[in-house]
Amino acid sequence: MLVNEIINAKDLPVMEFDGIIVGGGGAGMRASLQLAESGLNTAVISKVFPTRSHTVSAQGGITCAIQSDDPDDDWRWHMFDTVKGSDYIGDQEAIEYMCSEGPKAVFELEHMGLPFSRTEEGRIYQRPFGGQSKDYGKGGQATRTCAAADRTGHSLLHTLYQANLKAGTNFLNEWFAVDLVLNADKAVVGVIAFKIETGEIYYIKSKATVLATGGAGRIYASTTNALINSGDGIGMALRAGMPVQDIEMWQFHPTGIHGAGTLVTEGCRGEGGYLLNKDGERFMERYAPNAKDLASRDVVARSMALEILEGRGCGPNADHIFLRLDHLGPEVVHKRLPGITELSKTFAGVDPAVQPIPVVPTCHYMMGGIPTNINGQVISVDNGEDKIIDGLYAAGEVACVSVHGGNRLGGNSLLDLVVFGRAAGLYIEETMKQGVELKDASNDDIDKALERLNKLNASTEGDQVAVLKEKMQQNMQSNFGVFRRGDLMEKGIDELAKTREEVDSIFLKDKSATFNTARIEALEMQNLFEVAEATAITANARKESRGAHARDDFTERDDENWLKHSIYYADTKEVSKRDVNYRPKTVQAFQPMVRSY
Amino acid sequence: MSAAIPVEQIKTITMSIYRYDPTVDKKPYMQDIVVEIPTDKDIMVLDALHLAKNQEPSLSYRRSCREGVCGSDGMNINGKNGLACVTPLSEVLKRDKITLRPMPGLPVVRDLIVDMKQFFDQLEKVKPYLITKSDTPDIERKQTPEAREELDGLYECILCGCCSTSCPSFWWNPDKFLGPAALLQSWRFIADSRDEATEERLDDLEDAFSLYRCHGIMNCVSVCPKGLNPTEAISNIRNKLLTREKA
Repeated sequence: MLVNEIINAKDLPVMEFDGIIVGGGGAGMRASLQLAESGLNTAVISKVFPTRSHTVSAQGGITCAIQSDDPDDDWRWHMFDTVKGSDYIGDQEAIEYMCSEGPKAVFELEHMGLPFSRTEEGRIYQRPFGGQSKDYGKGGQATRTCAAADRTGHSLLHTLYQANLKAGTNFLNEWFAVDLVLNADKAVVGVIAFKIETGEIYYIKSKATVLATGGAGRIYASTTNALINSGDGIGMALRAGMPVQDIEMWQFHPTGIHGAGTLVTEGCRGEGGYLLNKDGERFMERYAPNAKDLASRDVVARSMALEILEGRGCGPNADHIFLRLDHLGPEVVHKRLPGITELSKTFAGVDPAVQPIPVVPTCHYMMGGIPTNINGQVISVDNGEDKIIDGLYAAGEVACVSVHGGNRLGGNSLLDLVVFGRAAGLYIEETMKQGVELKDASNDDIDKALERLNKLNASTEGDQVAVLKEKMQQNMQSNFGVFRRGDLMEKGIDELAKTREEVDSIFLKDKSATFNTARIEALEMQNLFEVAEATAITANARKESRGAHARDDFTERDDENWLKHSIYYADTKEVSKRDVNYRPKTVQAFQPMVRSY
Repeated sequence: MSAAIPVEQIKTITMSIYRYDPTVDKKPYMQDIVVEIPTDKDIMVLDALHLAKNQEPSLSYRRSCREGVCGSDGMNINGKNGLACVTPLSEVLKRDKITLRPMPGLPVVRDLIVDMKQFFDQLEKVKPYLITKSDTPDIERKQTPEAREELDGLYECILCGCCSTSCPSFWWNPDKFLGPAALLQSWRFIADSRDEATEERLDDLEDAFSLYRCHGIMNCVSVCPKGLNPTEAISNIRNKLLTREKA
């Protein structure tokens, strides 16, 4: 059966696995490794060859208290920093788990062969990153981010792929997962997916389905994200009636290369680089007198945006900021930041050992996502009560467990994806040992998951992807950026509502079944749109400023009403609130304080 | 590209692109697609491809990170393999024309997309993962900065395939000669002070084809978008094999 035919459940071939993982990035391959090593029949479904996943672009490192740079470092200090960084809506049980389990997960990566940079003692090299402190904010800057030069994501992703090869994981590479299949009990029992090269389509049945599809930065016009970051898992979950949490929280990375959007690691500032406005002023000293350029990302991004808005931007259009590194000397720049040297030359035409890099705050990371518990189990919220969805898991950027809350600290995304990819794997392993029985899906259930494809095949006219995508990206960029305002967001929401019908009935001109990237882009566009709409409606509903969500019309944090997660469902388009977890198991909870750096 | 670019800052270029969809076309053909590009700034070949795809949505190519680290968009640009996303158009435009073909030596799936199976099969043969036999420590395995430096120039490979598909030895024996990319990975693990399987790795390479079909043509070095040197890695393995025999 081919993807360009009229597809129905009764003729659809079935493949069966114990566990499937949708997405071949860091979280997905860490989960699959756990399952494959435990002898379960495991498959990774990845729309690109796994080492093309966006984890590959992570640069600066993986933050973790492994006590290499500082033998007295403490995971509790890392926990404190992460809670503060989240602007107090990160779940403390999850943050506690991540920071305390982290060292184990990082050492495992090293044992698999990850080529970390080294100290003179032969231990893993660590560098300072933003928002890091010793002694619960009282002991000055910490040095906690484990690095493989400035190619940590690349090293991590390749290492995980290598380890999965060794473990015998089945890879369905260049397969596209379209939608989740739910049974009569609303448990998830697999996905519909097709092989991109040939168009052969299957119902892939599974007792455990892990969504590890990464982020969706392509809802914005300017992003550090790969072209493949289209929020596929979010689209699948929302269409299947599951919620998203804190989806309004988007991180703008302070240093994307002006014009190109490509990332320049925070590690540059960790190694001693700093930001300058057009007057040559090191302006972060004004906004964050203690941490300066290593304040939390939301703080630095806002400060830069203000400098530009107030006319102190650099360049002929006063529209960017300079990142200075040349004072570090060519030795440090070339040895510690070789990838940045390459990217700056290619995309900005400058050698950072000589000239400053032109940078602007650029959409980088989705803090929100599909709510899960620390085992990766997806949660829905019914009348204020958490309810576990049988058979469905999520890990990494697509998930909201939530360790990042309103703002993620640099180096915490790689830690999040290995710790919680691993945790989901461990939990699934355990449940499989006890036996999992899920009701089979009926043909009607499966047909529901085929609707989107059949509609696309039947399309004969309408807008194609490029037009719709540009409209959406400009809208999100203009109305839901670093600074937000109610009236503009309402305008943005109206524009999205007007486009909804066109996106649902998008026109696919090329109906070929062979490696048809136009079909993939159409399916991705529909996923992106789900993320954009959820972001827009939730951002407008959160009437306060917290973390990355900064409103001109509600400039203060409102703990009385909004020390809460937001929860959004696509069918009602309504936003509700969920309690933040303040119940860590081994330490006292960190209570909200005024957040200054 | 935004529609607001003033007319004087636009010029048209011709992209001559290899087209083939086996379900529709009897045989491959070259299609000229004319696109408008800005003149006030340089763009990459990949950006120009996006402009072409906006006109011809059926045009197919792989792409992901668009910054030269994921290895998706290896292709043959004016006769030389490279990554479209980090190749400035200004460097390859000749009389406002550019020719794009799939990487040579592998079966074409569609348009600029080749079937990489043979490439990855060869990679898997070198056991591209760390093999250790000693007990695993509670923390990391120690490695000196000098030992770690041995991996520089090796671990950065992005598996784009530019090298192997520009290697005549690989074209002739893609099933027997491992090719530069796989051999670079082989050396990456032999050179790793933490790996404990050097002898087995060398044993596996000791036949007439796997390694020795490299004739030092060095196309791999001249096309590698990451500036790596597979030929040197291959000669390091050769030396290791030779000194091992003497011992």
